[in-house]
Amino acid sequence: MAGVTASDAGTPIRRESRLSWLWQLLGDPLGAFGLFLVLVVVVSAAFADVLAPYDYKALDVKARLGAPSWDHLLGTDNLGRDTFSRILHGGQIALYVALVSIGASLMLGLILGMLAGYGPRWLDNFLMWIFDSVRSFPVIMFALAVITVVGPSLETIIFVVIATTTPGYARIARASTLATKNTEFILAERSLGAGVWRIMFSHLVPNIVQPLLILCSMDIPVVITIEAGLSFLGLGVKPPTPSWGSILNDGFGFIRNTPWLVVAGGIPLIVTTLGFTFLGEALRDVLDPKLKKDR
Amino acid sequence: MPELLKADGVRVRFRTSGLVNALLKGIADPYIDAVMRVSFGLRQGETFGLVGESGSGKTTLGRAIIGLARAQEGSIAFEGQELVGLKDAQYRGVRRNIAMMFQDPIASLSPRKTVRNAIAEPFRIHGIAKDLGEEARRLLRLVGLHEGFLGAYPHQLSGGQARRVGVARALALEPRVIIADEPTAGLDVSVQGEILNLMNRLQRELGLSYLIITHNLPVVRHVSDRLAIMYLGRFVETGATKDIFAKPAHPYTLGLLAAVPEPDPDKRRDKLELEGEIPSLMNRPRGCEFHTRCPFAQAKCRETAPEHRKVAEGRWASCHYPFPDPADARPVGPAAA
Amino acid sequence: MNANGGDRVLEVRDLSVSFRTGRGVVRALRHVDMAVPRNKIVGIVGESGCGKSTLINSVLRLLAANAVVGDSSTVLFRGDDVLRMNDRQLRAMRGQKISMVFQDPMTALNPVISIGTQMADILYRLDMTAAGKRERAADMLAQVGIPDPMRRLDDYPHQFSGGMRQRICIAMALMMNPALLIADEPTTALDVTLEAQIIHLMKDLRARFECSMLFVSHNLGLIAELCDEVVVMYAGEVVEQGEVHDLFHRAKHPYTQMLLECDPARIEKASRALPTIQGSVPDLIDLPRGCIFGPRCPKRYEPCDASPPGTYGVNAIHSARCFQVRDA
Repeated sequence: MAGVTASDAGTPIRRESRLSWLWQLLGDPLGAFGLFLVLVVVVSAAFADVLAPYDYKALDVKARLGAPSWDHLLGTDNLGRDTFSRILHGGQIALYVALVSIGASLMLGLILGMLAGYGPRWLDNFLMWIFDSVRSFPVIMFALAVITVVGPSLETIIFVVIATTTPGYARIARASTLATKNTEFILAERSLGAGVWRIMFSHLVPNIVQPLLILCSMDIPVVITIEAGLSFLGLGVKPPTPSWGSILNDGFGFIRNTPWLVVAGGIPLIVTTLGFTFLGEALRDVLDPKLKKDR
Repeated sequence: MPELLKADGVRVRFRTSGLVNALLKGIADPYIDAVMRVSFGLRQGETFGLVGESGSGKTTLGRAIIGLARAQEGSIAFEGQELVGLKDAQYRGVRRNIAMMFQDPIASLSPRKTVRNAIAEPFRIHGIAKDLGEEARRLLRLVGLHEGFLGAYPHQLSGGQARRVGVARALALEPRVIIADEPTAGLDVSVQGEILNLMNRLQRELGLSYLIITHNLPVVRHVSDRLAIMYLGRFVETGATKDIFAKPAHPYTLGLLAAVPEPDPDKRRDKLELEGEIPSLMNRPRGCEFHTRCPFAQAKCRETAPEHRKVAEGRWASCHYPFPDPADARPVGPAAA
Repeated sequence: MNANGGDRVLEVRDLSVSFRTGRGVVRALRHVDMAVPRNKIVGIVGESGCGKSTLINSVLRLLAANAVVGDSSTVLFRGDDVLRMNDRQLRAMRGQKISMVFQDPMTALNPVISIGTQMADILYRLDMTAAGKRERAADMLAQVGIPDPMRRLDDYPHQFSGGMRQRICIAMALMMNPALLIADEPTTALDVTLEAQIIHLMKDLRARFECSMLFVSHNLGLIAELCDEVVVMYAGEVVEQGEVHDLFHRAKHPYTQMLLECDPARIEKASRALPTIQGSVPDLIDLPRGCIFGPRCPKRYEPCDASPPGTYGVNAIHSARCFQVRDA
């Protein structure tokens, strides 16, 4: 092409690996440790059926309140059920509640937040009014009220969590949308004729979802503790379905003679909470460019 | 030559406070006029420059043409089709004919889309089924970029490279008019020339018309056929670029031209042409809106606003006392005394 | 402080700065020699990536943690080596003896503190009454052309326009009567008529305050307008420096010549085909063997590819890093 003296136009650029953030995450000791803990919890919950040495419902009244031994790694409870198997299955319940409710909150919060930020003013005011009202309820009080009305169940817990965490996600999504919607690339899309839905899902979402994902990772342990707490109070899953909270509760009555039951119920909670929190903080450092260290 | 794009009495207003708020505080007119009744025409194959400082309304006028800002009054017609008052959906067709390039070359690309996707986007938006990969390669070739950039993200590009991607994207739907907002902003001098040469070549090859929005007078002198100088949302002077640069008719134009430093230490200026700053749009001066800064202002200028009237063949100016023979850059009439 | 800086306020000798990065060592500055004589304005001009900001940061010793400064490098400020100062000396130098005006007046001022308080805070080392400091601040505001300064001291940055804010930044920079003022693209964020006003103000202040200035800009017009001497930088090297008339009328280095040619403000006749510089800035990790500008230079000949050129003098203060000057 005569006359085109492409200056810096000629040199192709180095590709950045799509997974570079993963290597950075693993390079951060706290992040790597968090990821390891999370993987342990997830794998043990996912393969609970294979890993569990006993049926978690199987009663063995003769062996009740047994101390840890090679037969029962973490001992048995007051009905003679194997605590280790119950903890593995309890992990399933905990993760199920956490992932379903946080996943739903994320989707719902993202959509409502974008609508509030990108939509007309009245819709924004209306949605913010609702979010603020919901957020002003104390979580546990709200949970107790709902459970009193509809009765305790896994679904009730999930509903309560979705209702109380969605406003947080929506607020962040709205703030990011407001900050992004008048940037030049959104104007450029509009000038090409892109419609509202295309702009929201194709251009806004990838630019605002990261802080939400970090929040998710920080919220998962909170939800797991809420589930455990409600189950501890007997307002969560129904027996004989195991939950870390109900294991704690079972152990609580025998804490003087058989303390290992409480310990066994508490450790997975601690591990999960620490794991997700470390992972979340490391993710935030890696993904948030404003916090990036000079490299 | 017929005018491809014609603006007539365009006025763009922005609300400064909520309606309820304005009512409570007793503000009768809670609006500012970013663009105040301007008219111009853009011919096929022509480059028209909109020049002004920040707050002059030049960008708002550009955005009103492509429908990103709403014109409240007047008419904007593309090939006879009225654009003012069109609904967003109706505007889609127009956007195939008029494309816009934004100020910041990197920020105007979606940060998480590759160059390939950025260039294919216009085809996707308008549902045009083509081999998008092939189209992207063709457009990159057209703007002189290597194919290796297809997989690059905006932050990996230099300003000049991102600007080329911007040009490729603007060209995708084969528009007739391109509105270029500060096409050389943030570029180094040597790269600036490359982008302008590229735009010039494309204009010749594709018969494009450009509306160039800029504050860069040295650049606009080389690239535009005609100019409009804007101040507080109005045109203060319009005419052929070479005439305006040779003989400015309006004192503001003179001041703008004098403010550009010459890259020659022998031509240093000791005198300042324009004092003061642009007044706020919320508080427009009475009479001629430039009189607060005009070194030649007279009593009449403080009282009555001048019309945008013809001062010579092909020249219009909004001034009561335009420079008749501005070769010596001094007005006759009362100011000369 | 000893007075042996001679007539040079700032003297940079053989300054090399590299940055260790994941991709390799970026050699951002290589063997930079330049000086700011007393009461002179020295302009630094160059395109993005030429090392202007690294040079300023070296002078203030504000380099990032991954920076490595060459062993033989010295940055003498009034005779003292900045690179070998301790923290206390550095702090004393930065606030009192060298001050800086930044590019963006919108972000250089603290938005929640009144102008008067910010200005008086600069004088914290001086033994003065609060009223005295205020008076000094008001006086400085008047000097930079802010009307009604005594009353405006209590205003906040957002109550001033962009041009006024840059004037305030300049007033603040002059509060301690610094020996060296560094202005980093001080008008880039301003409109052209305001730019002209600020440049006018700087010329005016220079006549009244005895202050040497390092003026960084990519705008050749401003350099020509304001500076006494000019340093042209390209890809981390000083390629040419000299007196402003010599540099604009008798440039020796091909890069300087082309840079001047490219400026649309220098081209007399309106033209659609603008000159450009072919090629692109080299990768500072992987430098060419010969002259740094060699790959883009239209006047390249045999010696250019073999080894990098040294600095060759044209006259006492005009020199260029080009073999053609040696062979001329």
